[in-house]
Amino acid sequence: MSGSATLPPDVLAGIKLGFFEECEELLSELEAGLLALKRGETDPEIINKVFRAAHSIKGGGASFGLAPMVDFAHQMESVLAAIRSNQLALDAQLLGLLLRAADVLADHVRAARDEGRVESASAREIEGALIALVAGDCPAGEVSNHEPAEGKPTAAVWSDSETPSPATAQERIWVIRFRPHASLYASANEPLFLLRELQYLGEVRATVDDSELPSIDDLVPEDAYLLWAISLTSTADAQEIRRVFEFVEADCDLEIVTDQEGAATPVADRNHPTAGSAAVSKQPDSPRPSISSSGIAAGRSTPRLSETIRVDVERVDRLINLASELVINHTILAQRLAGIGSAGTSETELPLDELHQLTRELQNGVMAIRAQPLKVVFQRLSRLVREVEAVTGKQVNLVVEGESTEVDRTVIERLIDPMTHMVRNAIDHGIETPEERLASGKTAQGTLRISATHRAGRIIIEITDDGCGINRARVHAAAWSRGLISGDAVLSEHEIDELIFLPGFSTAKAVSELSGRGVGMDVVKSGVQALGGRISVASYPGKGTTFVLSLPLTLAVMEGMLISVCGRSLIVPLSTLLETIHPKLDAIRSLGAHARLLSIRGEHVPLIDLGHALGYLTEPAQVKGVILLVEDDAGRRAALLVDDVLGQQQVVIKSIQANYRMVEGIAAATILGDGRVALILDVNSILLSHGRWSAPVEQRLAAG
Amino acid sequence: MRQASTVSESPRRELLSFRLGVQEFCVDIMAVREIRGWTEATPLPRAPDYIRGMINLRGTVFPVVDMSARFGLPLNDVASRRVIIVVWIGTKLVGLLVDAVCDIIVVTDAELQPTSELAGEAIRTFVSAVLMVENRMLCLIALNHLVPELDEAAA
Repeated sequence: MSGSATLPPDVLAGIKLGFFEECEELLSELEAGLLALKRGETDPEIINKVFRAAHSIKGGGASFGLAPMVDFAHQMESVLAAIRSNQLALDAQLLGLLLRAADVLADHVRAARDEGRVESASAREIEGALIALVAGDCPAGEVSNHEPAEGKPTAAVWSDSETPSPATAQERIWVIRFRPHASLYASANEPLFLLRELQYLGEVRATVDDSELPSIDDLVPEDAYLLWAISLTSTADAQEIRRVFEFVEADCDLEIVTDQEGAATPVADRNHPTAGSAAVSKQPDSPRPSISSSGIAAGRSTPRLSETIRVDVERVDRLINLASELVINHTILAQRLAGIGSAGTSETELPLDELHQLTRELQNGVMAIRAQPLKVVFQRLSRLVREVEAVTGKQVNLVVEGESTEVDRTVIERLIDPMTHMVRNAIDHGIETPEERLASGKTAQGTLRISATHRAGRIIIEITDDGCGINRARVHAAAWSRGLISGDAVLSEHEIDELIFLPGFSTAKAVSELSGRGVGMDVVKSGVQALGGRISVASYPGKGTTFVLSLPLTLAVMEGMLISVCGRSLIVPLSTLLETIHPKLDAIRSLGAHARLLSIRGEHVPLIDLGHALGYLTEPAQVKGVILLVEDDAGRRAALLVDDVLGQQQVVIKSIQANYRMVEGIAAATILGDGRVALILDVNSILLSHGRWSAPVEQRLAAG
Repeated sequence: MRQASTVSESPRRELLSFRLGVQEFCVDIMAVREIRGWTEATPLPRAPDYIRGMINLRGTVFPVVDMSARFGLPLNDVASRRVIIVVWIGTKLVGLLVDAVCDIIVVTDAELQPTSELAGEAIRTFVSAVLMVENRMLCLIALNHLVPELDEAAA
């Protein structure tokens, strides 16, 4: 706290931001560890990892003076320490508590970041439960002390958890010699916090030895000159003391000996600061090897570098844009060379081919940087499941598969909301209460399975519950009462299931706290479609429901078909294109004054003149050129009349809204090989605005 | 800027002047990102006639406004002889298609005469002030009202 107060506010804010980013990583480590334990993994390193995560959050939080967060992390840490030393048995109930505590800790971290507070009753309840676990009959008020300097009540709890019977444990005087290296300061550690941390263990008397401090002229500000001699009166053993220095061990010389071992007088005399350190070691620059400092000097002399780096997303985005530019520029170059007649000669062709190969690889490489595992989304869901469980009283076992499947960040961001809604729905409407489940011969605990796989350049996410399935009678009745279908319509089972995606459809009798907030599956569907994805449902009464999402891997590039309409180049997303047809006049029928239909293999689809639909022509043209048979996300089909099909290519998606506004019929823009802009067709909106589509469920039924 | 105007010497600002036919206009140079030659723009469906379409500037796609069409002036048919001034309007990048870029002029606020007492509402929407430079009149363009389409929320 005192160290950071001298920094300029913006620097401090930057450091704080970094800390909160790190916290997010620690939180997910913490949760991942707890979930691993829940799965029955027994590796002791897991609990150590979990402990360290809580510990680091606490330590960092303390440096910024974030008292509520530090307190809570401390309580968690105490419980984890007790588990680690086998004083608390880790059963399912305790794991459940810890998982929910991890959620509350996440709330605390986010509240601290947004300068708010966590004020929920359940958070207090969980904190109380943690305190009760380690403190036994210790009243809760005694441990909620914020100030580490006056941290004795907290220290009492800490010691209680470490030693079963404090009364009988022997207090010893430890002499700790702590000599930080410059690298300790360089990695932003602060000896003061370590000393404070020691106070949790017992009474600390520390003296600083500044005898090595050179005169101000010779002082190198970034070097380390100080060493501390600390006398600690505590019941803790050497290992517990060492744990305080766990994160800096590689960056300091550390000796921990008892008063007797070191044969030194307790370093109590503040007037003779060098006395204690001299007693421990006379030659500070060549630390005497001792039992407790083994493994410090030798094994870890080279600092370990992290396997990952943290990079600003903007930098990556810029790189992706540049790589896209390179692809476009390559195409321009190739066209120019063809223009001056030097294409086809091996002198230019070979290097050009290599350039093409390299740019594509570069593009894929930078796209991979921005790709993130779906774990980011799935982890939020596991928290959500626990919350919904708590509210509904249902029991859910969440099984996640393929969480390492990677998708572009742009997709991840926009996947969270639809996924959240679907998981809520699955538990709220799908999975039954334990009683209902037992009555129908199932296990009391329902299973929610979420899996992700790559398939044909897209990502497929399946959400399956083993609940009651869609209640088709109720869905049918609800759709009818809302006027979405006519009463006597005969629907297939699958068609009834699909009704839940209609706007304005919701079967919730009362607005429940969870699902029925006036938004339904139609919002999920439009969210998924906005991503260029599709969603479908399959349900089996009494057995469960499966939702299948199919999404593009990225929103940055896509495969498209270059076409021309009225002399203008357009891109049709390949995912919408079923086939291209050379029209025969006798396959086209007029319907009324304006409408035209194309009959293809016995089916009739509306024929849309694209030039007219986009306003390039005032009147629909005569049928010539090429017809594209397209299908939108809802399965509606239409035949688009265009002048020519020029070829397939991968295009870089550029927003139109960024510098203009939304344009009906146009999804985005791209840049062609010659540097010109081409528009990407929004097939959904073309078909919708045309107003004549081939047999969408609701229209056909309302008419029937 | 307003605060400083109480001081004897009012603050100076730089304006970039350009020509449409025989008339001269200018924009605040702080809004200008760059000036570039004519590039074929890709027309947008159902856009107003003064939106010439979208162009690409090193990977950024943005609209080009034909300033002559916007002000109802006679159109210069030879688009290729014209120039695009790329400006920021709020957070959006927009190209202004003009006949020629003339000069950079330094003025003080005192030299700018607000249009409120000079012209009707239609003109006042686009022109915030006029100024005289060597017996020529220049209109200072109010960029924020120039392209109403930009304000429409992305639904």
